[in-house]
Amino acid sequence: MAKVAVVGAGMTRFVRRAQETGRELAWQAARMALDSAGLTLKDVDAVVIGSAPDAFDGVHMKGEYLSDGSGAWHKPCIRCFVGGATGVFAPIQGWYHIASGQFDTVLVVCEEKMSSTYPHPQGAFITIFDHTTERALGPNLLWIFALEMNRYMTVHGITKEEIALVAVKNKKNALDHPCSQLQEEVTVEDVLNSELLAWPVNRLDVSPASDGAAAVVMCAEHVAKRVSERPVWVEGVGWHLDTAYWTNRDLYYPRYVEYAARMAYEMAGIREPRKEIHIVEPYDPFDYKELHHLEGLLLCKRGEAARLTADGVTQRDGDLPVCPSGGLLGVGNPIAAAGLMKVCELFWQLRGEAGKRQVPGTPRRGLAQAWGDLMQVGTVIILGV
Amino acid sequence: MSVNIKEWPGTALGSKDLEEGRVLTVRHRVRAEYAWDAGVAIGRYLRELKAGRLIARRCRGCDRILLPPRMFCEECFRPTDEWVYVQDTGTVNTFSVCYVRWDVARLTEPQLPAVIHVDGASPGMGIMHLLGEVRPEDVRIGMRVKAVWKQVEEREGAITDIRYWKPIAEEVG
Ligand SMILES: [Zn+2]
Repeated sequence: MAKVAVVGAGMTRFVRRAQETGRELAWQAARMALDSAGLTLKDVDAVVIGSAPDAFDGVHMKGEYLSDGSGAWHKPCIRCFVGGATGVFAPIQGWYHIASGQFDTVLVVCEEKMSSTYPHPQGAFITIFDHTTERALGPNLLWIFALEMNRYMTVHGITKEEIALVAVKNKKNALDHPCSQLQEEVTVEDVLNSELLAWPVNRLDVSPASDGAAAVVMCAEHVAKRVSERPVWVEGVGWHLDTAYWTNRDLYYPRYVEYAARMAYEMAGIREPRKEIHIVEPYDPFDYKELHHLEGLLLCKRGEAARLTADGVTQRDGDLPVCPSGGLLGVGNPIAAAGLMKVCELFWQLRGEAGKRQVPGTPRRGLAQAWGDLMQVGTVIILGV
Repeated sequence: MSVNIKEWPGTALGSKDLEEGRVLTVRHRVRAEYAWDAGVAIGRYLRELKAGRLIARRCRGCDRILLPPRMFCEECFRPTDEWVYVQDTGTVNTFSVCYVRWDVARLTEPQLPAVIHVDGASPGMGIMHLLGEVRPEDVRIGMRVKAVWKQVEEREGAITDIRYWKPIAEEVG
């Protein structure tokens, strides 16, 4: 397979409601990514668009809707969609476009505009539940997270206080991100005392609804060496799907994340992920999900992620920095764009360009992971320099 | 280059920007109605609910009793073999106490969604439903529960023919 590099990255600010349309946001992120790579649209052979449920925008065929802002006209283009896992799947798709030898340069653009749905984007989520056996019960997305969080806490004997430390850390990290939606430091007490939405989930356990876009430019090795002094290489990719009968599996452990991670580790030749991964950007729409995913990524034993967090290991200056960007909990959660934001963060971190967010010690390898559909898709990408 | 970028695009709006007409929006309500076919497996499942029973399918390939029932086993990728009645009792695998409705309206009386592993189905075969006749603070993972059915004449062949699941009194301790 051809080697593939990321050579440019861009993103918009993540905000609760953006004045810009989705296609304007897509254009801003795409243009920034191309500019940062020193390339123009003429250099792009193909485009990958990632965007999550059409219901947020109220626009059917959102890939087509976003296509001009994503630079896709007159080019081969595909829109991918695996729910919340889309933002990491889109660059995986960019990778195999190039690794196959079919294309040299691919522009990957992810956008989400959640503010369009009224009264709240959560209303659009009822349609993810089975129309015959579940929807009549009036479920909402909080149910499924709360059910999973409770199961995870109960199986391992983890407390809400321990989990709240993740929200505290990520919201603090986000203070240093110029695009972050939330600019507020919070304490464990703030998290525990915030509005109880669906026990065990309080308001500050959850990432906000957001508008935003992110983009990266990916190249084949011969192009990357010509256009970039510091290409960031795709060392591993993995993705995996578990059963959609989500009540038929034990929610306490994300098997599908483990299988996606194993696929990526094997490709990257990684035998001891805890030692060989220097930065992790796991998907953190809820604080417990960061812990859940660290375990699925085999970066600690099952049930041990809370202790790593309490010990400061996952702080930006800790032994295993986790979500140095500020994550979805701090920067914001425009679904597909949030996943790709994590890939942008690795790009900037591995090039030493993350500014105040820079992880010390010249990290050489990072992992980004996202998760979605009916809580059963895992997507993983490993980047290195 | 993150450190070199001084201006990040994306313009944040507040609610006043919309209310006071400083930016323009267009509103539209999608009106889309559907009639979903329940299908072969779930069609029978719903008919049995109307009769006050829970039914599953057995796969002889993996020897699992599958709930919700399906006509094909997704693991063995072969047809399932027979209908099997399961009990209307089970165990709470996980639960929540939810103060938010699907449209994010707030509730004063919380809903108690749960995953319930149903007796008679294979281990781990749970369904999502609601708990009732229990104080939220008394709900526990591992609690034994029994379905509370609607009156026969009220049933319509829907998952809501079970009102909720209540603790099995003699086992509460
Ligand atoms: Zn089978």
